[in-house]
Amino acid sequence: MAEQNSMETRALSERDIDMTNELGSDSSEDVDMWIEIFLGRKGHEYFCEVDPEYITDRFNLINLQKSVAKFSQVVQYIVDNLDEDTLENMPRQRLEQLEKDARKFYGLIHARYIITVKGLQKMYSKYKDADFGRCLRVYCNFQPLLPVGLHDAPGYECVKLYCPSCEDLYNPKSSRHASIDGAYFGTTFPGMFLQAYPELTPKHPVKRYVPKIFGFELHKQAQLARWQEVQRLKLVKNLEEKNVNLSKNGGYKALE
Amino acid sequence: MSTDYIDNQSHMSDEDSGTYDEWIPSFCSRFGHEYFCVVPTDFIEDDFNMTSLAQDVPHYRKALDLILDLEEVSEDEDDIAERESQATNKYDQDGDQNMEGQIKEKDGKGKTQMVNHSIIEHAAEQLYGLIHARFILTKQGLQEMAEKFDHKQFGTCPRYYCNGMQLLPCGLSDTIGKHTVRLYCPSCQDLYLPQSSRFLCLEGAYWGTSFPGVFLKHFKALEDYVERKGKESYQLKVFGFKIADEAVSGQRMKWLRQYPSTEEEWDEFAKCEFELPKV
Repeated sequence: MAEQNSMETRALSERDIDMTNELGSDSSEDVDMWIEIFLGRKGHEYFCEVDPEYITDRFNLINLQKSVAKFSQVVQYIVDNLDEDTLENMPRQRLEQLEKDARKFYGLIHARYIITVKGLQKMYSKYKDADFGRCLRVYCNFQPLLPVGLHDAPGYECVKLYCPSCEDLYNPKSSRHASIDGAYFGTTFPGMFLQAYPELTPKHPVKRYVPKIFGFELHKQAQLARWQEVQRLKLVKNLEEKNVNLSKNGGYKALE
Repeated sequence: MSTDYIDNQSHMSDEDSGTYDEWIPSFCSRFGHEYFCVVPTDFIEDDFNMTSLAQDVPHYRKALDLILDLEEVSEDEDDIAERESQATNKYDQDGDQNMEGQIKEKDGKGKTQMVNHSIIEHAAEQLYGLIHARFILTKQGLQEMAEKFDHKQFGTCPRYYCNGMQLLPCGLSDTIGKHTVRLYCPSCQDLYLPQSSRFLCLEGAYWGTSFPGVFLKHFKALEDYVERKGKESYQLKVFGFKIADEAVSGQRMKWLRQYPSTEEEWDEFAKCEFELPKV
């Protein structure tokens, strides 16, 4: 039985390989798709697959032309449409530059793609699998995180992670992820994501930690925690006046 | 003082055998035990510091002997005699040989003795943890933890606006078996789980609930430094526009990272000194 299973999976995987070959065959015989290789690279786990049709639609590329040199060549390279002779005749240095440009360009398109309906769906399944990690804050209870940039232009700041539970910003755990440009996810993504899937907004934890010495709270810290609680109560009062239901998603968890 | 002690120890171990491992340093250097600091033996030898621990840990005497590397003395049930012989702190090679002889005689009981050893090892770890929680509240212990803090051995705060602030280990309970260790960030005053999975199963009571508080009060400079730090916080935006408060994903947690800034807010802050005022 087990043998049969493994046979089947092998047959399946062979078929998969055949399929990718078929797809890639318009540019060359047995080369993997560029996007697949890019996504399979270590540290690229945050990225999702952008449809080639999305990349080749010029309308989606408005204002990106100047972000890289030889823009159309880069686009063709990403969707494996560049013909082989050009690639083979290219000097090594140029090829390296092309690869570098392609990665940057893919990142910038990616930032646009993930706020489209299809892109949001793909990011949704990644979020469900907690591909972006979980919040380490104790009271957030392993809330899955969302990637976010602090700038929409590349070269400023690396990607950060947004926690929908405590609404704060965190650094990625692994240094491989911490070095990805934040512009490849954009400043808008988490907001758009929660607008598209409001049911994913968690109830926010109210519980606080105040340092204690032998059971007695530190005065200054406790005073600040009380003041912050007052701010929260004022917000609650305000929202209730506007008839916002705070017992559902986007409201507050009851204190245990 | 402490260096003297270490010298003594190494001297002793040389006499005993070539490859003699001291229990405390080997425990602290084990993989995943990087949060522990070495408790000096004279702290443990002071009975006052051990008050009431005998009730919390099973096989207290044997565990204590193991920690202090005195376990070879005997298998005798007569604990008092054992303690007396340890009080002199030295015993000869003959004693060891006698013990080996005893073990051979009791060959049938060999297995139970092996089991006993792992139970006592476990008890020793618990006992050491609880002693550790007490030691790190002393002046010397705080100093040693401060050194680890400076070297970022407890990790840094994952929160972006905390700018890599060092964390402090902290327990949520002072009794064993309730909660694992948590990390307190003095900058955002929040609690986090350790980044690395190897620290996720460490017992929280081995650092205790009072440690971060005592640490903050002992090193005033840290509190001042944190107060002077930037108090930025994040707000979610879509194409540069903030999300309406009425929306489900509207901002709800601003208060968590908010600090009084205007005069009005400081007045309000003053009212919070002893109780939660009515809103």
